[in-house]
Amino acid sequence: MDHSLAYVRTEDAPILKPPANLVGVRGWIMANLFPNWSNSILTILAALFAYWVLSNVLGWALFRATWTGESRDACVVEGAGACWPFVQAKFAQWIYGFYPIDQRWRVNVCFFVGAAALIPLLMPSLPYKKWNALFLLFAFPLLALILLTGGHFSFGFGAFISFVVQFLAIVAAFLPLSVFGIENGIKSAKPGLILVAVGLVLRVLSYALGFELPAIFDGVSTTYLMALLLMLAGGAWGILQIFGAGNQASRPVLRAWLFGGAGLCLVAVLLKWDFGLEYVETSQWGGLLVTLVVAVTGIVFSLPVGILLALGRRSDMPIVKYFSIGFIEIWRGVPLITVLFMASYMLPLFLPPGTNFDKLTRVLIGIALFSSAYMAEVVRGGLQAIPKGQIEAAQALGLPYWNTMNLIVLPQALRIVIPGIVNSFISLFKDTTLVTVVGLYDLMGIVIAGFADAKWASAQTAPTGYFTAALLFWVFCFGMSRYSQYVERRLNTGHKR
Amino acid sequence: MSAFDDTRTPRVPFWNDPRTRSIAVQLIMVVALVAVGYELYVNASANLAKLGKTFGFDFWDKSAGFDISQSLIPYTSSSSYGTAIIVGFWNTLLIACFGILFATLIGFTVGIMRLSKNWLISRIATVYVETIRNIPLLLQIFIWYGAVLKPLPGPKQALNVGGFYLSNRGLNMPAPIFEGAAWMGLAGLVGGIVGAILLRRWARARQLATGEAFPYISVGFALIVFMPFLGLLLAGWPVTWDVPVLGAFQLSGGVTVNPEFIALLIALSVYTASFIAEIVRAGIQAVSHGQTEAAGALGLRQSSITRLVTIPQAMRIIIPPLASQYLNLTKNSSLAVAIAYPDLVAMGGTVLNQTGKAIEIVLIWMIVYLSLSLLTSSFMNWYNSRMKLVER
Amino acid sequence: MKRKLMGWAFAATTSLIAATAATAGTLDDVKAKGFVQCGVSQGLIGFSNPDEQNNWTGLDVDFCRAVAAAVFNDPQKVKFTPLTAKDRFTALQSGEVDILSRNTTWTMGRDTSLGLKFAGVTYYDGQGFMVKSSLGVDSALKLSGAAVCTQTGTTTELNLADYFKSNNMDYKVVAFEKNEEVLAAYQDGRCDVFTTDQSGLYADKLKFATPDEHVVLPEIISKEPLGPVVRQGDDAWFNVVKWTYFALLNSEELGVTTANVGEMMTSANPEIQRLLGAKNADGTAAGFGTGIGLSEEWVVQIIKAVGNYGEIFERNVGLNTPLKIARGKNALWTAGGLQYAPPIR
Repeated sequence: MDHSLAYVRTEDAPILKPPANLVGVRGWIMANLFPNWSNSILTILAALFAYWVLSNVLGWALFRATWTGESRDACVVEGAGACWPFVQAKFAQWIYGFYPIDQRWRVNVCFFVGAAALIPLLMPSLPYKKWNALFLLFAFPLLALILLTGGHFSFGFGAFISFVVQFLAIVAAFLPLSVFGIENGIKSAKPGLILVAVGLVLRVLSYALGFELPAIFDGVSTTYLMALLLMLAGGAWGILQIFGAGNQASRPVLRAWLFGGAGLCLVAVLLKWDFGLEYVETSQWGGLLVTLVVAVTGIVFSLPVGILLALGRRSDMPIVKYFSIGFIEIWRGVPLITVLFMASYMLPLFLPPGTNFDKLTRVLIGIALFSSAYMAEVVRGGLQAIPKGQIEAAQALGLPYWNTMNLIVLPQALRIVIPGIVNSFISLFKDTTLVTVVGLYDLMGIVIAGFADAKWASAQTAPTGYFTAALLFWVFCFGMSRYSQYVERRLNTGHKR
Repeated sequence: MSAFDDTRTPRVPFWNDPRTRSIAVQLIMVVALVAVGYELYVNASANLAKLGKTFGFDFWDKSAGFDISQSLIPYTSSSSYGTAIIVGFWNTLLIACFGILFATLIGFTVGIMRLSKNWLISRIATVYVETIRNIPLLLQIFIWYGAVLKPLPGPKQALNVGGFYLSNRGLNMPAPIFEGAAWMGLAGLVGGIVGAILLRRWARARQLATGEAFPYISVGFALIVFMPFLGLLLAGWPVTWDVPVLGAFQLSGGVTVNPEFIALLIALSVYTASFIAEIVRAGIQAVSHGQTEAAGALGLRQSSITRLVTIPQAMRIIIPPLASQYLNLTKNSSLAVAIAYPDLVAMGGTVLNQTGKAIEIVLIWMIVYLSLSLLTSSFMNWYNSRMKLVER
Repeated sequence: MKRKLMGWAFAATTSLIAATAATAGTLDDVKAKGFVQCGVSQGLIGFSNPDEQNNWTGLDVDFCRAVAAAVFNDPQKVKFTPLTAKDRFTALQSGEVDILSRNTTWTMGRDTSLGLKFAGVTYYDGQGFMVKSSLGVDSALKLSGAAVCTQTGTTTELNLADYFKSNNMDYKVVAFEKNEEVLAAYQDGRCDVFTTDQSGLYADKLKFATPDEHVVLPEIISKEPLGPVVRQGDDAWFNVVKWTYFALLNSEELGVTTANVGEMMTSANPEIQRLLGAKNADGTAAGFGTGIGLSEEWVVQIIKAVGNYGEIFERNVGLNTPLKIARGKNALWTAGGLQYAPPIR
């Protein structure tokens, strides 16, 4: 074939530069700022507006601001900007509230441990997510509770341990059912179950009707002792059955039982233990500490409850379904502030006479219920996004409901709703400011309380305080929303247009 | 063999029957709920008895004894607690209505600005959204309240613009007083609305028949605005103005808009607008490019594409989250309690304090807000079912 | 019986979180836990005010310290819970605090329908008005048409309405949740007048950057007897609080002070002997202190710790303090005031 036809070019045409008004800085400016007359006018107006805002804010916050001083005198200068010495003087209080100064290291430890556990959890590339999350959801709250309050709680320790032991024994008696299946399990567990049942009947008789066997030892109720022995025997029977079988399936069950029991006892011991920490009542907490305690408690509590409510809302059982719907809609329908009023004025009326929580605890209960309802809706969104085929396939494989949820649906759904969870944490974080209305001092509340200090009273005190508080909240919330967008982008790969 | 011939369904043990399980679970749930409810009831009655209090709404008719700074219905300190709560309810609705109006205006403007091809404009809108929605609303309310109170002059140096006085006591405006034949104005308004509706019907019919469009929106709007004036003019303008007058301490007469109302209104609408802007942006972006491209291919002008193709489809996506933002705004108006705006929650709180009726007041709050949210969600359901795409 | 069963599960969970279970008597509870939980204001100079180290001072605070001294012989065994006007009764009713000493006005409604009992009047107060001196107002009767800032949920709000109504004046009320908000609004010019108990006016004036630009008007428009409150139906604790108050008054009347309480214990005056718990002639205890569940030397403990009523008054709000409040109606009855205590015998 002859390739040398006259009208076929043999070399590439030289690459011409694009017209100067379409590329480079100038091209960009022409295209994005001055494409036509009307837009050019808009651009100029907007630029003037932006300049006006920026010059005022920066001038006030930086150029005209007062930077050093010991009291209001430094800030009452004519034409002065922000009063930064006020922030310096009050900053520690904004973080710790009225927490005793020599005990503030406890708050610092909590902040540090929380951050150290949270940051690796947020970075997708790091391993051990499950253990990390478990630590944050269970161990960390306990640690924070003991550190912040001082621990050494006075509760019926003996009664609690006895309760745990009985509970464990009852569970142990039922264990064969979970290992061998119900039909075979009942056969092997029967003697244990009967022992436990007799023990329970004894307990109920003595508790509800005051029935007592004649005393054998002084000071110990024989009925109680008998019941305890019967239940322990029943539990031991259940355990022996499992051991005897040497079944592979028995190991995880046994392990869960053992860890659960040990965990409960450990929690009780830790709560009771006197670590020698000074007791700091919650009315002394304040500032960022209260803001974080309220927001973190809300989110930690709302996750499990929200998941349960979301599953309940999609359940086939009408009572479960309507209860979930009712619960969710009631809490979502009322403003948070009425929930807080309810927690601080109405809740005490519904507690058993003689019991009483301090105000922070009451507010935490209110916030937890409130955020659970919102979390339930977030999780429901995730559940709805899972194709029905997944559930049907799991059912076809013969998986029971909880296994379907635990192994198939929730792992996928929760991954999808991570941005939603972060977003509800953001709104919860912002909503914590409302606790000032019922008399707690969160970050914003304590900033405002500082305005009343005669030592710092000046025209610039309040604007400076508000500005700093707004900036602090903004940094937290903006950071979190960026993170949630980042996760969203990671999850969304492949759907881009 | 017999095992294969057996066509009966295998006997399922009762504990494996999903129906039994479901009934058992629900039974346990009912028992637990009843137990908890009973426990709460017993505790509450024991506590109330211990405090010597009773449950009941007998406080409703008792004299309140306190005054309220803003009231849409007649109220004095000798009115009843019930009236005080109703005053609060109307004040909540008032701030909610105005808040929704302004939040929608700002929100749509900013949302469209965010999509502007003008880099600076879209940047400003982005900064607005990202700043405002990441700062707690309560903090913004305090900031706005300070910003409204501090720079404004006292009542004696009030800024006067055409009979409108602006000071740190709020905005004082002349109030019209209608007398005699002022019903003509009302009649004009009704006539204008009816006329606008008829005009729209006629314009539609004509467009369907001939294809010619008629600007019925602007003409109808003009009708609604001008007909009442016409009515009043015909009646001989029976309107006098109640003008604010400076007293010993402050301006009196006319209509006063309290600074609390102004601050709350600004804060609520600015805050909610930042969320509405995002909804609007997402709604418009969600209209697929094929739609606009197809409209362009049919030869529609850009303005017609926006009005007839983009907006109607975007609204389908915008309205449901918009309605829930409106509901949020209404609920957020309860933060009024922080700056002395007498809304439902603030008034309820005052009554609660004077009477100690915690359960009753909380019940009133819950019933009112729940009804509002039920109304909103039933509207949304109705709208969704009306606007649902008819799919083949 | 059934109730018990259900309560069991409930209590098992609740007891975990915060079982500060108040049982039969507050006095026993207080002794068991080792301190008095005292509800005070969130900051009212002279009455209850925390400094930057969170040490509380003031008349209301000292009263709680007196109770702590009577029970424990240690005025430091008291913890303070700052409460808003709105919270205070709930906090006391629910057992969050043992005693409410928070410039609370004794009214019939509060005494009879809230399940509470007032134990005495530690300060006779009345509601007053404060205005900017630049307004040139010298009487509350010239306030017609003014905007008035006040706090919700107080008797102040109600007195205000009554006063303007009975004097045929109109006004505009602006009612805030917290005292600091009221003050801020008044300073920002939201209203012309700030009203609260007169003692509070003097105290709050001190928080202003320029106290001299404000005047307190002479009128007092209401009776505001302020005193400590306890829960109803707990007579033992009520007696301790009530008689702590009377002991403070009786000590002043009999001239017993922190400085001389040691010598006074050997006084020959039988009234002083009874007050300070001296033994009977036959060596047996007189039993006034033990009669209310305290030690025989309870008054000595109180006076050593905080002084008598006059000392407390002068230290916190008297003429030598920034508040500069004269004794006035709060003088003893022997000096023409209203403070009068039943005798100890």
